[in-house]
Amino acid sequence: MLRKTIAAAALVAFAVGAGSGALAEDKPVEPWERKENHVKAPKDSPLDYLVSGYWFRTPKTRALQDDDFENPAFLWVEQGIDEWTKVDGKAGKSCASCHETAEKSMKGVSARYPVYSAKTKKMMAVSHQVNYCRENYMKAKTWKWESGKMLGMTAYIGLQSRGMPVSVSIDGQAQPFFEAGKDFYHERRGQFDLACVHCHQANFGQYIRADFLSQGHSNGFPTYRLKWQKLGSLHRRFRGCNNNIRAIPYKRGSPEYTNLELYLAWRGKGLKVESPSVRQ
Amino acid sequence: MGLKFGRLVLATLFASALAATPFAAQQALGQGKAPLVKYKIVDEDSIPESLTGKPGDPEKGKKWSINTRQGHCIACHVMPVDQPYMGEVGPSLVGVASRYTAGELRMLIVNPKVVNEDTMMPAFYKADGFHRVRKAFVGKTMLSAQQIEDIVAYLLTLKEEEK
Repeated sequence: MLRKTIAAAALVAFAVGAGSGALAEDKPVEPWERKENHVKAPKDSPLDYLVSGYWFRTPKTRALQDDDFENPAFLWVEQGIDEWTKVDGKAGKSCASCHETAEKSMKGVSARYPVYSAKTKKMMAVSHQVNYCRENYMKAKTWKWESGKMLGMTAYIGLQSRGMPVSVSIDGQAQPFFEAGKDFYHERRGQFDLACVHCHQANFGQYIRADFLSQGHSNGFPTYRLKWQKLGSLHRRFRGCNNNIRAIPYKRGSPEYTNLELYLAWRGKGLKVESPSVRQ
Repeated sequence: MGLKFGRLVLATLFASALAATPFAAQQALGQGKAPLVKYKIVDEDSIPESLTGKPGDPEKGKKWSINTRQGHCIACHVMPVDQPYMGEVGPSLVGVASRYTAGELRMLIVNPKVVNEDTMMPAFYKADGFHRVRKAFVGKTMLSAQQIEDIVAYLLTLKEEEK
């Protein structure tokens, strides 16, 4: 009996000891650490679990995203709604001419993008596809990647996938693009000689330069970033990261960043789309 | 063994790259105006001799440790300084002088990849061999030789307190 008690006590002590690594220094359990906020990582993922950037941000920032009336990104969404039905270009068409209501036709689109296009033989992000339609079907001028109209449109399209799991495909024609994106993610660059993997895989949940590192997922883009005071694209964020480590950034919409977008989407496969999110 | 050999090769390659840098290019190197100083690595993990031959200034070293443009050790390391934000991706530097010699500290700041090629810590006294460096920083080191000596002098003051 006594033996059993000792064994049980030892077991309890062990269990407590094993589970309280973070508590040892009296650190509170952060929202990103909580199991209920974790999502199962995809097969072959280098991460043990996935957690959205949402859970790395302050309660105040999260509250802004939780309420569509408070979320400043919805100013751009309204612009997207206007553009959806606006006839533009020599063909006399709008998005709605072919796609009717976005709520139906765009559902799930942002969750599965970027995709390989047999027509262009390229990896296409949503912004590429919007411009492809404008140029080829509407016979209209293309929009700049970071323009208000493009951000509004991609936010409006992204909104139609909100709550759906990221479900990008990396097989078949997409595979070489995926591999290129994976290589980019692991390649050191800039005077700081850093790769994406150093911060967002090895050190998420830690502070660096007074900033709290997330897993670097793409499920919230385009995002209203408080620092920018503006809605911004994923590729804008890539440029910011590259600039900070004193590396020459690539162009928004470049094949390099689009490949990286594909790889990131795969890393976040299963996370819910949050577009348009709010980040710090 | 393999890793040790790799480090040696890396250090040798680096040293030869330095030797091959033409004088004109060297003029632009460093935060200071001086050309990149040659240094000798001992036991694969130490640079025992000062880069400048002059003693570092610990007060200035403390300043570089906090400065966000040059040095900024606290971006990644906790240090015993009165600052609101300190990084935690690197090991704490509290009491670091009790764990490393001056030569080892100098090596880790000059180029930590000689000691651990997988580290995320940047080399603060390396001017080439990088990928896609922004124009403003091409051929430059992150710190000057004297700034590194200042930081080494400061770190050497961070001894563990006896309890």
